[in-house]
Amino acid sequence: MQRIINFILRYRNAFLYIFLALISLVMTIRSHSYHQSKFFNSSKWLSGNVYGTGHDISSYFGLREENERLVEENERLRRILFNKPTDPIPSLDSTNVAFGLLSAKLIKNSFSSPRNYLTIDKGSNDGVKQDMGVITTKGILGIIENVSKNFATVQSVLNTKSNINAKIKHTNYFGSLIWGGEDYTTAQLVDIPRLVPLVVGDTIVTGGMSSIFPENIPIGIIKKYDLNASRSFYNIDVELFNDMANIKNVYLIENRNKEEIKELENQTVQ
Amino acid sequence: MNSTILLNIFRFVLLILTQVLIFNNLNFMGFINPMVYLIFFYWYPIKVNRAIFMLVAFLLGFTIDIFSDTMALNALASLTIAYARPVLMRFCFGVNYEFQNFSFKNTTNIQRITLLALMVLIHHFIFFSLEILSIDHILLILKKVFATGIVTLILCTLFSSLFSPKSE
Repeated sequence: MQRIINFILRYRNAFLYIFLALISLVMTIRSHSYHQSKFFNSSKWLSGNVYGTGHDISSYFGLREENERLVEENERLRRILFNKPTDPIPSLDSTNVAFGLLSAKLIKNSFSSPRNYLTIDKGSNDGVKQDMGVITTKGILGIIENVSKNFATVQSVLNTKSNINAKIKHTNYFGSLIWGGEDYTTAQLVDIPRLVPLVVGDTIVTGGMSSIFPENIPIGIIKKYDLNASRSFYNIDVELFNDMANIKNVYLIENRNKEEIKELENQTVQ
Repeated sequence: MNSTILLNIFRFVLLILTQVLIFNNLNFMGFINPMVYLIFFYWYPIKVNRAIFMLVAFLLGFTIDIFSDTMALNALASLTIAYARPVLMRFCFGVNYEFQNFSFKNTTNIQRITLLALMVLIHHFIFFSLEILSIDHILLILKKVFATGIVTLILCTLFSSLFSPKSE
């Protein structure tokens, strides 16, 4: 007994090292296969506030660019609005529409690691919920992963765990948008069957198959494509519309029918 | 003794803030985010309780992990260099580092840079191989280790010569 205790005391540093290393290994490897940790993420009070303060200072740089981007978007939306066939009775009641919209500011961006998470300055107090879609003025950005009272983290499309339903514009061929982890300007679209005619430069938009994003939100354009190993599906490189390195304002999309869809799907499976 | 603890707490907080607010957003050439907080392990007093040093290293890495949503990657890598530091120091400075009157002042520049380089290499190798965790991407791992490592090393050398501690 004395010897065992002596042995442990002698190698106590090694034991401490192994113990702490095991904790961190388990946490790290779990996060590769499951969701981001609920307890340790940057949506928490301390990190959220530090990032918020940092953002307050740095947000003054680049206001001009941001304004230009917003004006550009307004112009595009107004063009759509003016050219729309006139609706006899426009509905003013915004509580009855399928998709709700919230705006938020990005306080932490990240695009260089294989699993990128972003942080925004709105949380459950503002009505943010898990699995809301996040877009910018130019296109898709990601999905809300964790929410705290005043902050939330977003799983970026630049995350090897991300998998988003996407299709080629004006067709109904859909596939999955994934990211291989190499280049932050391109994502990959897989599972598009071989018989689909493709042209470099075609636009890729979100498909209507998920309950997170509405249909036809822009994602990017086809940069190049080739057949996969089984030669029956395409691997398409999609150049994203968003400049992932330079994002300030984002919109959150809430699908108000999601509960109903989920419930129905669960019933059908049973 | 008391001032050493205060100084290290001050460094701890300041290095976390610099790391997460400045260097994590650097994205030099699209992917290089140097980890300058490693300088903490270089500056940390030499003759201390190793267990406390390891706990401090774990805490420092873990705080940075929470900020950058990297789970426990920084914690594991920092813990490892804290555990390996005595071995690395014996390797770089020879046996005389165990003597009572040893200090960084009577070592050469090359010895100090070797120590820093080894620490950076071990840290980055653990960090990036666990971050990517795939043998298929071994080239990507090596690219990230060396590119980020060189920038980290340059910045750490700069910091260590700019703010060289007088007391140690």
